[in-house]
Amino acid sequence: MTETLLTIEGLTKAYPGVVANDNVSFTIHEGEVHALLGENGAGKSTLVKMIYGLVKPDSGTMTLRGAPYTPSEPRAARAAGVAMVFQHFSLFDALNVAENIALGMENPPAMRDLAARIREVSETYGLPIDPYRTVGDLSAGERQRVEIIRCLLQDPRLLIMDEPTSVLTPQEVEILFQTLRKLTAEGVAILYISHKLEEIRALCDQATILRLGKNVGTCVPAETTAREMAEMMVGSAFQAPERAPRELGDVALDITGLSVKSPSEFGTSLRNLHLTLRAGEILGLGGVAGNGQDELLAALSGELRSDPDSIKLKGQPIGRLGPNARRQLGLLTAPEERLGHAAAPDMSLTENAALTGAQREGLVSNGFLKWGKARDFAEAVIARFDVRTPGPGTAARALSGGNLQKFVIGREVMQRPEVLVVNQPTWGVDASAAAAIRQALLDLAGQGTAVLVISQDLDELMEISDRFGALNEGRLSDIRPAQDLSVDEIGLMMGGAHGMEVAHV
Amino acid sequence: MLKLEKRPQPSRMWTYLTPLVAVLLTMLAGAALFAFLGKDPILSIRTIFWEPLFSEFAFYYRPQLLVKGAPLVLIAIGLSLGFKAGIWNIGAEGQYIIGALCGAGVALAFYPLEAWFIFPLMVLAGALGGWAWAMIPALLKVRFGTNEILVSLMLVYVAEQLLASMSLGLLKNPEGFGFPGSRNLQQYPSAHNAELIAGTSMHWGVVAAFIAVILTYILLNRHILGFHIRLTGESPKAARFAGVNPARLILFCLGTAGALAGMAGLFEVSGPSGQVSIDFNVGYGFTAIIVAFLGRLHPVGILLAGALMALTYIGGEIAQSKLGLPAAAIQVFQGMLLFFLLAVDVTTNYRIRWTKREVA
Repeated sequence: MTETLLTIEGLTKAYPGVVANDNVSFTIHEGEVHALLGENGAGKSTLVKMIYGLVKPDSGTMTLRGAPYTPSEPRAARAAGVAMVFQHFSLFDALNVAENIALGMENPPAMRDLAARIREVSETYGLPIDPYRTVGDLSAGERQRVEIIRCLLQDPRLLIMDEPTSVLTPQEVEILFQTLRKLTAEGVAILYISHKLEEIRALCDQATILRLGKNVGTCVPAETTAREMAEMMVGSAFQAPERAPRELGDVALDITGLSVKSPSEFGTSLRNLHLTLRAGEILGLGGVAGNGQDELLAALSGELRSDPDSIKLKGQPIGRLGPNARRQLGLLTAPEERLGHAAAPDMSLTENAALTGAQREGLVSNGFLKWGKARDFAEAVIARFDVRTPGPGTAARALSGGNLQKFVIGREVMQRPEVLVVNQPTWGVDASAAAAIRQALLDLAGQGTAVLVISQDLDELMEISDRFGALNEGRLSDIRPAQDLSVDEIGLMMGGAHGMEVAHV
Repeated sequence: MLKLEKRPQPSRMWTYLTPLVAVLLTMLAGAALFAFLGKDPILSIRTIFWEPLFSEFAFYYRPQLLVKGAPLVLIAIGLSLGFKAGIWNIGAEGQYIIGALCGAGVALAFYPLEAWFIFPLMVLAGALGGWAWAMIPALLKVRFGTNEILVSLMLVYVAEQLLASMSLGLLKNPEGFGFPGSRNLQQYPSAHNAELIAGTSMHWGVVAAFIAVILTYILLNRHILGFHIRLTGESPKAARFAGVNPARLILFCLGTAGALAGMAGLFEVSGPSGQVSIDFNVGYGFTAIIVAFLGRLHPVGILLAGALMALTYIGGEIAQSKLGLPAAAIQVFQGMLLFFLLAVDVTTNYRIRWTKREVA
């Protein structure tokens, strides 16, 4: 291609007990979109943190445009022309766009000049945004625009984007891609971190694949199939979950007019939700994060109460019941946050097994816990779900994300639920664990359990659900059979481009 | 540069070792403090820790360990339940005073009647008094979301005023020649919390402390309620997911702590102290906070910590009279114990490492 922008040679960074990056080398050319691909924990984040000056490598060299590049802090990286858009935005809700951008600058110009520059940059790159709008009112896609504009104001040569599409609808992704293509046409290189293979195939010119901190290969994504890339990421043949044909039974969960006010100030309240779920069915609920997913799970688990008749379990109104009463009736849930919500970090797996299993597994008699039985239950979950851990006495926080997730999901699945509700069941989980979890959900439905999967991973939802719906600002879209849905339709169900304008330049 | 590295699991070894290290550090820092005050540091430390146990007058001091230790342990056990769940009752001193007032009030109401049921009734009244006093911060927190730390602490000063008023007014000894303070319960057999075995200073408060230790151990390790208490302290969100009702837990923890503190007050007023007086409370309710943490919020640990703390009380008194150490120095010494414990505590969850200074 064109000239070399950044060369990375043998970068190594070790943390206690784990080598995050082991002798990683690759090259980024000007005007190139370079994908950094890998499972969670493969070392992608550590690598870009080193490029952005947040982490100092143990060994190895970086060369930027022919000169040695050793950024000691992000400021130095920015001065050298490296900018980064983080996965989690660092914006203040109460301030407007221009004020937020000024906060991140060394010498902010007068607010009027800055607003003018923001307008100029945003129009050039097809990122229309009003500098005087309050950030709190912006959608996730618009917030990302603010972050991108903040970077572009520095005239970067290399733009690092960490999982930029995880908060976007398909329509918003398309708008983002147009902006990125415009940037590359001007010679800006983009280092694009993702594990969404189709996206990488659509956007990226080159891909470097990391596995367990090592560079295990490069490829030209457009010429490689998603399956081949997945296998390079995982390092073995990829086992896709199997779907057996299933018989649908009676309605197990019936939600009618469920409205719940979010307990947190910045949460999303649920507005008049309707859905039915039949035994043996898997219903997938998509949606961009923060559109009421957590609230829906809490309303179903019993952490939030609602009108009694708004939630019926096999015809019985349960809206007013607490978590344990619902468990007793067969409604089990697994929230998104593994540590600190689904499991107590410093408690052992045995104790965490008793956390939700106490009633249904008969681990309590006369108020006294039967620890022996709880340990047996924990061991059973560990064995059946292949949880890699020294034993049930291990603290939950010592487990890797994937293993703990298998334990948390397994703990509910093993209690033979009538209805199981899971939120982000495979978030941050490696591909093989994710496949195992999806298979378990499919098997469970095969045995006649009604399963509600809330997820932001559309591929996952399409893979396992029979019907699909989407949450958008606390409302639920129509629910439609998953099989004949196009990506466009799904995107519209998720709220389309949330009123974001497309680049007209 | 010192660097802290989070351990994958809390270190079991350091959990048990930190109290010992904290005691050692306190001895060192205390010795330095006493040296600055112009006292012989080694002799001072020896006086505090050795004399009460092994000197020629130990026969007198040793039983005192039970007298001082029992209220500390009883109060600390109650506090530890709340502390484990992240509910911070700082006002045990107030609950202790109210318990004593209620218990003594019952006794004085029956005076001079002699009957077997008076003492049990006093114990009940003491527990109820402490419980009711603790219910004030508990209900305010549950109903209005007030901060239990502030409310419970402020109520200590209210209780102290009430104590003063009672010893000068309602409960004042009518035959006391105008001196402040109530009748001496030690001279009222039905109400006297006497020595159970002569010469040991073992009184009902000591028995109650031991029972509290055992029951709490069972509660925390075997009972679902204890599990929920621990779970709430670890992770409130996970506790709610597990079906714990936070309001009920707050009422239980504060209520139990109040009842135990109230009982401690009753045993004190009817036994070693003997009467309600203006300066009846000597800070057991506050020192018990140190005892609870020094004992790792573990019932057995609290028992040991209570004994150690009692030792510093007795040793401190000896040091005051023999070496002329100021009372404040002894209090600083006890305070240092909590200070060092909290500091050393970091090692339970973190590994400390020396590293070369690296550019951030």
